Amino acid sequence: MAEQQQHASNSGAYLIRGAAILGGAAEDLLIRDGIIAARGPHLDADGVGVGDATVIEAAGLVALPGMVDIHTHLREPGREDAETVETGTRAAALGGYTAVHAMANSTPVADTAGVVEQVLTLGRAAGWVDVRPVGAVTVGLAGEQLAELGAMADSRARVRVFSDDGICVHDPVLMRRALEYVKAFDGVVAQHAQEPRLTAGAQMNEGEVSAVLGLAGWPAVAEESIIARDVLLAQHVGSRLHVCHVSTAGSVEIIRWAKSRGVNVTAEVTPHHLWLTDELARSYDPVYKVNPPLRTDADVQALRAALADGTIDVVGTDHAPHPSEHKECEWAQAAMGMTGLETALSVVQHTMIETGLMGWADFARVTSTAPAGIGRLQDQGRPLEAGEPANVILVDPAARWTVDPSKMATMGRNSPFAGRELPGRVVATFFKGHPTVLDGTLNTPYRWPDDAADAPAVRS
Amino acid sequence: MRHLLSTEDLSLQNAIRILDTAEEMAAVGEREVKKLPALRGRTVVNLFFEDSTRTRISFEAAAKRLSADVINFAAKGSSVSKGESLKDTAQTLAAMGADAVVIRHWASGAPHRLAATDWIDAAVINAGDGTHEHPTQALLDAFTMRRHWAKLAGIPSTGADLQGMRVAIAGDVLHSRVARSNVWLLRTLGAEVTLVAPPTLLPIGVEKWPCTVSFDLDETLAKGVDAMMMLRVQGERMNASFFPTTREYSRRWGFDDNRLRALDTLGLKDTIIMHPGPMNRGLEISSAAADSPRSTVLAQVRNGVSIRMAALYLLLSGETREPAASSHAANPNATYSHQESH
Repeated sequence: MAEQQQHASNSGAYLIRGAAILGGAAEDLLIRDGIIAARGPHLDADGVGVGDATVIEAAGLVALPGMVDIHTHLREPGREDAETVETGTRAAALGGYTAVHAMANSTPVADTAGVVEQVLTLGRAAGWVDVRPVGAVTVGLAGEQLAELGAMADSRARVRVFSDDGICVHDPVLMRRALEYVKAFDGVVAQHAQEPRLTAGAQMNEGEVSAVLGLAGWPAVAEESIIARDVLLAQHVGSRLHVCHVSTAGSVEIIRWAKSRGVNVTAEVTPHHLWLTDELARSYDPVYKVNPPLRTDADVQALRAALADGTIDVVGTDHAPHPSEHKECEWAQAAMGMTGLETALSVVQHTMIETGLMGWADFARVTSTAPAGIGRLQDQGRPLEAGEPANVILVDPAARWTVDPSKMATMGRNSPFAGRELPGRVVATFFKGHPTVLDGTLNTPYRWPDDAADAPAVRS
Repeated sequence: MRHLLSTEDLSLQNAIRILDTAEEMAAVGEREVKKLPALRGRTVVNLFFEDSTRTRISFEAAAKRLSADVINFAAKGSSVSKGESLKDTAQTLAAMGADAVVIRHWASGAPHRLAATDWIDAAVINAGDGTHEHPTQALLDAFTMRRHWAKLAGIPSTGADLQGMRVAIAGDVLHSRVARSNVWLLRTLGAEVTLVAPPTLLPIGVEKWPCTVSFDLDETLAKGVDAMMMLRVQGERMNASFFPTTREYSRRWGFDDNRLRALDTLGLKDTIIMHPGPMNRGLEISSAAADSPRSTVLAQVRNGVSIRMAALYLLLSGETREPAASSHAANPNATYSHQESH
């Protein structure tokens, strides 16, 4: 570790010349010592001392705050055959992320201070992005008793997001208690909304397509009924609720209603639910098997509208890598989940920006500012202004590329976008002022200082 | 046509071709020597991940009458039950030189996976997959109906369709691969289909199917039915609140003695009673109905061998095999040029 740090190069200076800030006017950004040292139209002419900075010509590129994923499965510890913190965070950096929330369904489950600190340490050793561990709500994700939420909140990992993701906290009393308890440290419960009895054995969206395919249905009402219950619970106890991967038009209506009543609820949508539909299941190819399942085009359109109007606050990838043998099988045998970190930006550009529903400033809100707020991340999702932490990405919106999962940094090959041509490419990612990605390829990781443990990156 | 995976994408032309070929195969079954040399030297594997002695022996008899070599691979008691994947099993069969794989699987879509992947380059015949489809069952049902319908019309079966025939299918449509395959095939052949079931045993989305849906069996019979098909009620449905009791199910949706008599009262003298078997006598069908002259249950079994011979013959006889790179789905434009020559 000490030797690696000797070789670390965190301290370089970079002059980004002529990037469209949030898609607006072209300006220069000077990055030095981990912060945005200056911003202006022509910094080298302004005598702000750019002399030693490496110049990055960014004409035609869009500068955005580093993306923050509220929902990532890094699989480590326990399933290092699927993904490791190292490979998953390489994928994140390449995808334009500077922070990811690592979901708790590892083995062992991240339900103690020890496990979340392990994930934090692995993330810092990797150095590609800020890895924010999510703590389990219940011991072993079993839905029976609360995990030591306070211990995780007070740990070095400073956990603020708690979730049994993959499994719904379906017991209404347990959910109420979790919502209440996390208020003590400004935490949030991120709910995987799935009524278990209505979805026993469920394989895909219940509707016209499942009827023909003979695959057991996952009805929209199983998601909507839990969300309806949870927003009422959150209102009753005055707590903060986050709804993971909203997938139906009905869920959007319930969340819109809840927000209009002042309920402190945030919601997330995945890139794949913004585009793909259950028609793809007709191939019986399990690369399209995911939980919640791909829905109908009417749901896709409702989700896009909801993300545009703020009813849905954030895009979360639900990046879920699986070894190939878990997808090269019968649909019913296959694991649920899709990779997403390296395609999220492009899919959101395709579905939200190129459709005219959003601009790049909105993109920054839903992929960076809002998720950082939900996770209470102090130095992520900040404005691109002088003095702010230099978590910045440069995007070429005019680029076009064809998805080839075999060329991705994630170990997962289960991308539902394989073979599709997507717009937009991440050219550079600056994490704490250090370029983790340059020219669209991995550069070097950021090296955390030895005393990083004493500098919690969480708002208290 | 490279594989037989479903009836949903089976064209009218291909459906008629299979039915007509089955008529020729049936004629072979009536000869003293019930055997053709057509598939000599070809290997047919019966790959059964789910018990079904009836379907397996029907395919086995069909393949043997065509002189194919038959390998029966029952997943139970094999390496499959020790966790071998479908991919490995398929590749093993490919390495052994299987020309056709007849697959029965508990998972919907498993035959599609075999056909769509590069795991094995053999013709795939779906012998029933989960709650998806059972195309050869629907074809043998249609074959049985066509013989009846053509006879009533005084025309030969060969070349005929089912235009105007009224078919009611009653029972657990939700979990029935037989019902699904029948709905698509009967639609293609021009029949009018009514599904009769408790609302709990109809899939969400059934309203988009090319058929009528009814909750009332007596009303359906009163409107006139030319073929009445009863579906088996699986034991595991009985304790999952799909219906209150088997007696109530039987009273409302079973073909009991009263309904058998009602056919006479209603003047439906030519209506046949069908069942894919195995039957739950006294539950979805009474013994009197099953054993009545209207019943085609045994004819269905007999016709099953002819249909499976036709399917194997059409998929495996050299002239109809298309290159491996071609579409896996039944191609509506496929032609069977060899047929014109015999």
